[in-house]
Amino acid sequence: MNSQSESIGASLPRSDGRSKVTGAARYAVDHVVPDMLHGVAVRSTRAHAAIDGIGTDDALAVPGVVAVLTSEDLADLFPRYGHLVADHPIMAIEKTNYMGEPVALVVAETIHAAHDGADAVVVRYTDLPVLADVASAMEPDAPLIHPTAYPVGDAAFEEAITDEREDNVAHEVSLGWGDVESAFAEAAATVETTAQYPKLYAYAMEPYNALASVTDDGVDVVTTAQHPFMVRDDLARIFGEPLSRVRVRSPLLGGGYGSKSYTKVEPLAAVGAWATGRPVKVALNAEEAIFTTRADSAVITVRSAFDAEGRITARDFDIVMDTGAYTDNGTLVLAKCANRCFGPYNIPNLRVRGRAVFTNTVSSSSYRGFGAPQGNLAGEMNLDQAAEKLGIDPIELRKLNLVAPGGTILPGKRGLDADLASDLDMVSEALEWDTPDSEFTGTGVGVSASDAGAYPVSTAQVRVLFDGSVLVMSGSTEMGQGSRTVLAQIAAQELGVDIARVKVVQSDTGSSPYERTTGASRTTVLVGLAIMRACRDALSKLEEMAAENAGVAAAEVKSAEGMILVPGTGSWPYDQVIREWFGAGSGEVTGVGLVRRAGELELLPPFWEVGAVGVKVSIDPDTGYVNVNHLATVGDVGFAINPALVEGQDLGAATQGLGAALFEELIYDNGQLENPNLVDYRVPKIGDVPDEISTMIAERGDGVGPHGAKGAGEGTLNPIGGAVAAAVARAIGTWPDRLPLTPERVWTLMNPETGKNGTKN
Amino acid sequence: MARVEINTVVNGYAYSGSVQSRWTAAEFIRDELGLTGTKTSCEMEVCGVCSILVDGVPVSACTALASDLDNKSVVTVEGLADGDELSALQQAFLDRFAAQCGFCTSGFLVMATALLESNPHPTSEEITHYLEGNICRCTGYRPIIEAVQLAAERADGE
Repeated sequence: MNSQSESIGASLPRSDGRSKVTGAARYAVDHVVPDMLHGVAVRSTRAHAAIDGIGTDDALAVPGVVAVLTSEDLADLFPRYGHLVADHPIMAIEKTNYMGEPVALVVAETIHAAHDGADAVVVRYTDLPVLADVASAMEPDAPLIHPTAYPVGDAAFEEAITDEREDNVAHEVSLGWGDVESAFAEAAATVETTAQYPKLYAYAMEPYNALASVTDDGVDVVTTAQHPFMVRDDLARIFGEPLSRVRVRSPLLGGGYGSKSYTKVEPLAAVGAWATGRPVKVALNAEEAIFTTRADSAVITVRSAFDAEGRITARDFDIVMDTGAYTDNGTLVLAKCANRCFGPYNIPNLRVRGRAVFTNTVSSSSYRGFGAPQGNLAGEMNLDQAAEKLGIDPIELRKLNLVAPGGTILPGKRGLDADLASDLDMVSEALEWDTPDSEFTGTGVGVSASDAGAYPVSTAQVRVLFDGSVLVMSGSTEMGQGSRTVLAQIAAQELGVDIARVKVVQSDTGSSPYERTTGASRTTVLVGLAIMRACRDALSKLEEMAAENAGVAAAEVKSAEGMILVPGTGSWPYDQVIREWFGAGSGEVTGVGLVRRAGELELLPPFWEVGAVGVKVSIDPDTGYVNVNHLATVGDVGFAINPALVEGQDLGAATQGLGAALFEELIYDNGQLENPNLVDYRVPKIGDVPDEISTMIAERGDGVGPHGAKGAGEGTLNPIGGAVAAAVARAIGTWPDRLPLTPERVWTLMNPETGKNGTKN
Repeated sequence: MARVEINTVVNGYAYSGSVQSRWTAAEFIRDELGLTGTKTSCEMEVCGVCSILVDGVPVSACTALASDLDNKSVVTVEGLADGDELSALQQAFLDRFAAQCGFCTSGFLVMATALLESNPHPTSEEITHYLEGNICRCTGYRPIIEAVQLAAERADGE
C-alpha cells in the first residue's frame, strides 16, 4: 500500500526484546499473588497399577501443609480433561497408567513444605501388567488401559473414536487411492524401508506452571498454555461454569514448540484453589515436566514402486505410533502423520494405514512438526534407498517426482502453494551437492510438505485510541516466535502508523478476542489476516465518522498513509477524527476482523508448510560421533514480514530436528523412564552448532496470508531426520533404521560384527 | 525453620536480613528480592538459566544456597544495564536476535558478561567452550555466538 512507512519486509527489532535482555520480561512462573499456596503433585512410581489406598496423615502433619487432595476429593467436579476425548484424569482415578502420573496433590504454604508433604504421602499399589511398548499393548490378551468410554471433547471425533474399546488401539486412520497391488505387481523396482522415530521431550525451558484462583468471581488462571481458550474450555467443564466465568491468561511463554498446546497443569492448580479457597501455584521443574507430555514415537514401514525411469507408481505405508497413556492430541498427530508421510510427490496409487496405540508411558501430544518428522523420516529414507537401488541421483529422483506448484498432494485439498524443486536447487547449490564427499563424510537432503493444521478460526480487534496510537487485541500467544512483533508490523503497515505507536495485547480469554490455537504456524497467516480485516474495519469506521464530522457522504471519504482524506476539508489524522466525532476530547474506534473457512480460506489447508533442507556430515570412525559440517535450510514462506524472525524460526526448528536426529530419546525400561532429566536426556548444546549454516528464504508471494505470506517454524525441522540418516548412510556405507544417530549407534553400524540396530546395504 | 543472617550486595544494593537455611540463591533472589529475571529450569546445574555472578564468578543459583551469598557481591541480569542504557552485550543480543522466548537469555547474558570480563577478545571456539553449560532451545545458538562476537567488536571500537 503506502510507501511512507514500510513496516513489513524488514527485520525490525523484537518488541519484547528489551524486556527479555534486561530480565524485566514476565513469564507465568514470575506471577505471584498475596495469600498464594504452592501445590506439588505426588507422582506414581508405577507404570500400571491399581491404587489401593493413599495415606495422607503424615503429609498433613508436615508443618505448612494445608491440604492433600486425591481424585476422591473431586466428586463434585468433572474430574477429567481432554480436548478430543476427556479421558485424562486430573489425578489418577482408581489406577495409574504411567510412571510419573499425578496421584495426589499436596498444597502448602511454601514450596518446600509442599515437597516435604508430597514425600510423606504413602500410596499403596497393586501392580498390573505393564504395557511398556506397542508390542505388549497389542498382544491379544493384553489388559485394556482404558476399559471404559469417555465423553468426547470434540464432536469432529465422535465417529473416529469407538465408545467401547476391544483393544489398546487409540485411533486408526487410513487413506489412499488407486490400485496399489497392481502397481506393485507391474513395478520395475520396489524398495521397502522400516524406520523408527524416537520418543521426544520438547524441553521448553520454562516448565509447565499455572497459578489459579477459584472464587465467587469464577476461575482465574495464569499459565504457560499456548492455547488459553482451549484450557478455558476444559476448566469450564471441570467446574461446570459457563465459559464467561473462566479466565485464562498466558503471558510470555518460555518456549512452547507445540508442547504447551492444550491443558496440562492448570486443572491441578485450579482444584487446589477450589479445595482450599486460596490461590494455588503449581510450578513444575524440568524433571516433573518430562512426566507431563512427550512426542509420539513411531515405527513406519514403507514400500514404494517405481517405473523404469524412476517415477513413483505406488507407495504403501504402515504407521504404528506409541501414543502413551491418554488420548491428548495423539489422534490428530496420527492423522497428520498419515497425511505427511508420503511427501509432496505425484503418487498415482497410495495406501496409508496408521494406528496409534495406548501404552503405559507418558502421554504424547503435539510437538513441532506434528507427525511430519516421524512420517517424513521413513518416506524420505525410502526414496534415498530407492535412488541408490535405481542408480539415480537422490535430488534428481525427487525432482522427477515432485508435485509442481499448484499441483495436488491430497485430493480435495488446496493445491501446492510452493516451488519445492527450486527450493531443492537452493539447498543443492549451498551444499555444493555435485562435489563428491570424502571418506567418512556424507551429504543428505530432504523435502516435506505439511497440510498445516491451522483451521481458519481467528478473531482480532484493532483499537485506534484518541491520540492515534493503536492497540491490537489478539488471543494468540507469544512464545518466542515473535508474533507480538510481526502482528504489530502487519497492523502498522495496514493503518499507515509508526510501529512504535502500535501495541499488541495477547492471550487473555477475559479480554482478548477468540483465537482457536497458537500452533501449526498459523499466526502470521490467520491472525495476520484477522488483524488486516480489523484494520480495514477500523478505517471504514473512521471514514464514516470523518464524513459525518464534515457533513459529506461517506463514499467520498478515503483513507491513505495514516490519514483520513475528506474532499474540501483536507487530511485528518485519526485522533482528530475520533475526538471531533465523540466531542469530549476522547473516545476510540474498534475495528473487528473475523476469519473463518470461507473465501480464499475455503480450501484447506490454508497453506502447505513445506521444507527443503540438507546436511553435510562427517563421522569420527573411532567414536561414531556425527559432526554436522554444513546445514542448509530453505524457508519457503511466500513473503517474510520479518526476515530475521523467519531465519530465527528456521534455524531453531532445524536445530530441534538435529536434536532428534543425533541425540534425543526418552528411554523406557518396562515402563520406567530411565532418563527423566536434562543430564541423561541430551539436547543440542552450543558446541553442536553446525560448522557452517545457510538459512535461505524463498519469497515467491504464493501464500494466502498477508502480503503473500505463509507459515514458518516447522518446515525446516520436518525433513532433517531423513537428511541426516541419508548423509550418515553415505558416510559409513550402512543404512540406519532409527534415530537418534548417537555415537554408540553409529559406531555399532560401522562395526556390525559386534553391533546391532542396522541393516547392511 | 532455621534461619541464617546474611549481609550481601545485590546489583549494588546492600541487603541485610535473615534467610531460611534451605533457601537456594535463586529462591532468595526471585522470591525475597523480587528479581525475577533469574530463572530456574533443570534445577541440577545443567541448563544455565539461573546463572548469576557471585564476586564476579558465575554460579548456578538453583543449587547454591542463599546463605552462601553472605559477604558476597551478587550481579543478576537486572544489574547488567547502566540505568536505561543497555550493556554492549544486551544491545548485541537485541541486534542479532539472540533472544526468542527469552527464558535462557538472562543466563547467557550473565555468563557472556563474565567471559568478556576475563577475555575481551574470545575466539568463536572460546565462546562456545565458555557457554557449553547454557542451553537454548529456540535459537540454534548461532545468533548468541554472533551477539557475543559483536559485543566484543564494539568494545574494541570504543
